[in-house]
Amino acid sequence: MTSRRDFLQIAAATAALVPSGWTRAFAQQRLAQDDLLAFEPMGNVTLVHLTDIHAQLRPVLFREPSTNLGVGEARGQVPHITGRATLEMFGIPGGSPLAHALTPEDYVALARSYGRMGGLDRIATVLDAIRAERGDKVLFLDGGDTWQNSYTSMLSKGQDMVDCMALLKPDAMTGHWEFTLGTERVKEIVEGLGCPFLGQNVRDAEWNEPAFESTKMFERGGAKVAVIGQAFPYTPIANPRWMIPNWSFGIREEDVQASVDKARKEGADLVVLLSHNGFDVDRKLAARVRGIDVVLTGHTHDALPQAVKVGQTLLIASGSHGKFLTRVDLDVRDGAVKGFRSKLIPIFSDVIAPQKAMAAKIQAIRAPHEAMLTEELGRTESLLYRRGNFNGTLDDMICDALLAEREAEIALSPGFRWGTTLLPGQPITREDVYNATAITYPAAYRMAMTGARLKDVLEDVADNLFNADPYYQQGGDMVRVGGVSYAIDVARPAGQRISDLMLLRTGKPIEAGTSYTVAGWASVNEGTEGPPIWDVVAAHIRRKGTVNPTPAQVSVRGA
Amino acid sequence: MRHAINRRHALALATGAVVATTLALRAGPAHAAKNASDEAIKAFTRGKEPVRGKVRLELPEIAENGNTVPMTVTVEAPMTEESFVEEVMILAEGNPNPGVISFRFTPSSVAEANTRIRLAETQNVIALARMNDGSVFSDVKQVKVTIGGCGG
Repeated sequence: MTSRRDFLQIAAATAALVPSGWTRAFAQQRLAQDDLLAFEPMGNVTLVHLTDIHAQLRPVLFREPSTNLGVGEARGQVPHITGRATLEMFGIPGGSPLAHALTPEDYVALARSYGRMGGLDRIATVLDAIRAERGDKVLFLDGGDTWQNSYTSMLSKGQDMVDCMALLKPDAMTGHWEFTLGTERVKEIVEGLGCPFLGQNVRDAEWNEPAFESTKMFERGGAKVAVIGQAFPYTPIANPRWMIPNWSFGIREEDVQASVDKARKEGADLVVLLSHNGFDVDRKLAARVRGIDVVLTGHTHDALPQAVKVGQTLLIASGSHGKFLTRVDLDVRDGAVKGFRSKLIPIFSDVIAPQKAMAAKIQAIRAPHEAMLTEELGRTESLLYRRGNFNGTLDDMICDALLAEREAEIALSPGFRWGTTLLPGQPITREDVYNATAITYPAAYRMAMTGARLKDVLEDVADNLFNADPYYQQGGDMVRVGGVSYAIDVARPAGQRISDLMLLRTGKPIEAGTSYTVAGWASVNEGTEGPPIWDVVAAHIRRKGTVNPTPAQVSVRGA
Repeated sequence: MRHAINRRHALALATGAVVATTLALRAGPAHAAKNASDEAIKAFTRGKEPVRGKVRLELPEIAENGNTVPMTVTVEAPMTEESFVEEVMILAEGNPNPGVISFRFTPSSVAEANTRIRLAETQNVIALARMNDGSVFSDVKQVKVTIGGCGG
């Protein structure tokens, strides 16, 4: 266990590197595990929500976005509020631990003061504490994006995560990136999972029969609790359909309603939707489907320090990468929620002690690969992060690598929301590269593309992000580009958002009829050829020694 | 659309007591499509103004595969000799040939049919239902056809 004194020494030592961090490190003296866990219990049911850890077993740095635009009815609403506005909205003091956990404000200095967040061994400690306090009232639910996107999860086809999560004994889960392991592997894991894998919206593509259980009924604190699972509705569109050809997804709002009605008829006192819809989709769904008490929402990685109420439904968003757990205590009586209290618990890894059993398991999983993973490829001069609607400096580095190593004029990199953050001056290890690229369809392709096609691709992705109706949004953030600049008006309709496409190499406009050499990765098409993206990026970093990525040039309007 | 026809017939028939025929509209691509769907609507409604309701289209908001989009259409009707849905017509406004399929029903039918349709691009799919008293009802749903990728 890291004692408080150890932590203070670490904090003081790192703070000494950054004079501006001093007072904050000093402020950390008040930060302790007991405070992070402090919660005045209420009622007879406790939900614990973990989601989108993206296979990160160990503590990480993950910078929250500075740009996260909402469109349509979501414009200016949470979670589309960032930075200082977030702090003001929730009354969080600037420079405080929570300010660091929830915003990119003063990120580098605060990261050096407060250290990494997450780690499944720390999460285990928090769960142990909640279970010790609340006993058979606790329901622990995993919102998915759990089994993929790290090196060991990729190598073991999710087995490392399955084994570690088994130690945490979740009561149910749903999924998204899990499906990129392919039909057979998902079936194999689900068979021996030890908890139900719920997905009311996943069907056999041929006969429309349920592919997974829809709902699981639990008894907690004398109440009947129905948990309905909702997998990411657009998995076969946003990720390779050929890997799961026999499964069809979709929001299937009417079927959600039918599942809720059925659960109520069977006596559910509390109905929980364990969802990977994304926040805006869940907000719309909660307003249209009757009878859901709590939506535990995931996919869009939003961490909200308070529940959002839509009618009588509570929306709980618990962040990503293991940075947070949410605890929700509910007073459930006579088939209704009489009261609730919730807390987004930040998992500061220097403050919360690792649970020994989980720490040992993680160490055993990593041991054979530790030397390779910690190998330093180079250094970064600047802050490298991914999250944000239009660009991330980590993606700028990947685009630079694609342009240089694949000898292309234009680079495209997917707008994934996952991937860890590196501080200026930090060495870049192989693991850091895998944390940004570990997927089951990694080929870095090189192809000819006309200017017209390039614009179509950008328009298509833009509509998947900025369609005013969240039910028509799919996928992640905007595709990242290298070698070109463009302007985007997010408020315009589909097909009319992108303009001013310019090839940076020549300073000339992209011509619709001209063919350009484009390199990219994460194509959803079967048979895509090219070296794995992590090799391309690693070769680039090695060659450069120190990276300082070319900033993306996107001008944004209509926000 | 050719390769989808066998399967479409098979599925439509499998729902039971429904006779399905693909619409024999012969329209040129693109700009002619709108005129063709207007004409088809006119012929189907026999001059009655379609009213929203009673007929309901179930389609995904975003197609997983534009070549085979699962579609279910249901009509609220007692299905008795006195009151039943006679025919349902499905139009895809943005297809080169907007006529997709029509289903004819009898009082002994279940007022539901499902099939798979092909959608060339993002567009509105329209369902028109004509009752035995000549009244016409409609529903419309937008289906997005996307390149995909970039999934969160």
